[in-house]
Amino acid sequence: MDTTMKKLPPKPVETKKRLLHWAVAVITAALIVWSCTGIDFGGIKETAGQIAGAIFGGIFHPDWSYVYNGTGEDLVSQLWETVCIAFLGTFISAIISLPFAFWAAHTKHKKWYVSRTGKIVLAIIRSFPEIVLALMFIKAVGPGSAAGVLALGFHSVGMLAKLFSEAIENLEDGPNEAVTAVGGSKTNIVMFSTLPNLLPALISNTLYRFDVSIRSASILGLVGAGGIGYPLIIALQYRQWNRVGIILLGIILMVIVIDGISGWIRKKLV
Amino acid sequence: MSKTERDQLLTLPKKKFNFLNLIWLIIFIGGIFVSTDVTKTSLGAFFANFSQFTDIFVQMMHPDWSYLGTVVPLLLETIKMAILGTVIGSVVAFIYALLIARNIVKNQAVTGVLRIMMNIIRTVPDLLLGAIFVAIVGIGPVAGVLALAIATFGIVVKLFYEAIETIDPGPIEALTAVGANKLQIIVFAVLPQVMTYFISYCLYAFEINVRASTVLGYIGAGGIGLYLQQTLQVFDYGKTGTIIIVIIVVVVLIDYVSSKSREALME
Repeated sequence: MDTTMKKLPPKPVETKKRLLHWAVAVITAALIVWSCTGIDFGGIKETAGQIAGAIFGGIFHPDWSYVYNGTGEDLVSQLWETVCIAFLGTFISAIISLPFAFWAAHTKHKKWYVSRTGKIVLAIIRSFPEIVLALMFIKAVGPGSAAGVLALGFHSVGMLAKLFSEAIENLEDGPNEAVTAVGGSKTNIVMFSTLPNLLPALISNTLYRFDVSIRSASILGLVGAGGIGYPLIIALQYRQWNRVGIILLGIILMVIVIDGISGWIRKKLV
Repeated sequence: MSKTERDQLLTLPKKKFNFLNLIWLIIFIGGIFVSTDVTKTSLGAFFANFSQFTDIFVQMMHPDWSYLGTVVPLLLETIKMAILGTVIGSVVAFIYALLIARNIVKNQAVTGVLRIMMNIIRTVPDLLLGAIFVAIVGIGPVAGVLALAIATFGIVVKLFYEAIETIDPGPIEALTAVGANKLQIIVFAVLPQVMTYFISYCLYAFEINVRASTVLGYIGAGGIGLYLQQTLQVFDYGKTGTIIIVIIVVVVLIDYVSSKSREALME
């Protein structure tokens, strides 16, 4: 057989594109090398493997007596508190989000800067760390789950209002025009066309945010804002690995169950 | 038109009453009452202490700019943690995603078990991972990098294996037909179709990691979060304000750059 058959034809070369790709690759590699420089990898404790083993051992031999003992300090009541924090926090943020969403939706304003400022405000709320917000609320209402609820309620606005405003932007004009055509007022438009069309998207986004909030609620306790995070950090500090194991199992189970339920409801909605 | 006929036209037809909606509403309202009770949230207490809350806020709005010199090196450490965590997590996710894509690995038992493991890892929040790693490797940025790596793995692996499963099967069949092995199929048929997606998902994970890494220090896992904790503990809100403003600026900047490059990738 002719040997020329075995060789592939050369690829067409685009010098400019290739140069750009190389430049990006070099910059990325340089960034990765740079990030290795300052971090001290030597300081790992010799007991690391032992403790990792102990945590895994704890997960496989969990402290079952902690699951429920009726004192209100057990796993089930703490998980229940976590769910309640997420539920109430999401509800509060859904209410606060609505006006923000209309502010940030560009289809609702003639002037571009109105919706743009709304979007910037939401971006700032999103990047304000949740934990700091929780600490501020702890200063205001004292440590406990109320601080967690308020922190979640305010922090979630950043993401929820963004999702809501996108839903508003995706609305079709038809139903609004129909209501206007038969002589409906502004309130009529909102009541009979905007809200009913918006509702499924609002509920679906809120449910999605509820999933995220469950995870947040389980970590807010690390700083003292209620929920399952607090007993976990205590157990870690006192090296009660059996208890760490059962709490981790509880969190994983809770997240999976809530994800399942809300996924099922969202599927029914669409 | 008789009067009754006219009345009939003026009123809208009655909607069917939906019992299921009523049940949902009852569950929902019940949930609000129960969760208010469990969490002992009262808006009264909040508004009673509202002045204290705004007071902290006002103090934060007067940032202590002289603190900037202390903050910037810590911020760089935070960004380094985010980069390393993203790189390590993405590399592992890359290999793992190839192992759980059903159009590459045909053995259902293998993909099934690996997927269950992936889903369990995905459920653990990054700050919890941080707390656990601080217990394992000690206080410092290494714990943060490991926590971020696992969080990145969870984000990237799911998106990436879904991308792999939706590729065009044509090239795979063509290579199988000429007798290519698994590795050749992956390199010449699968990767060219999904590499841009993979890079885009890594950038997305990086955005999330920058946010997460700013607070990891709070539980002792390195970076700027440590100073967040210290300034808050001594009620030095001017310094806290500086830290938060710097964090917000960096997060917004990195989000912007990364989302622009993602758009450029997808063109």
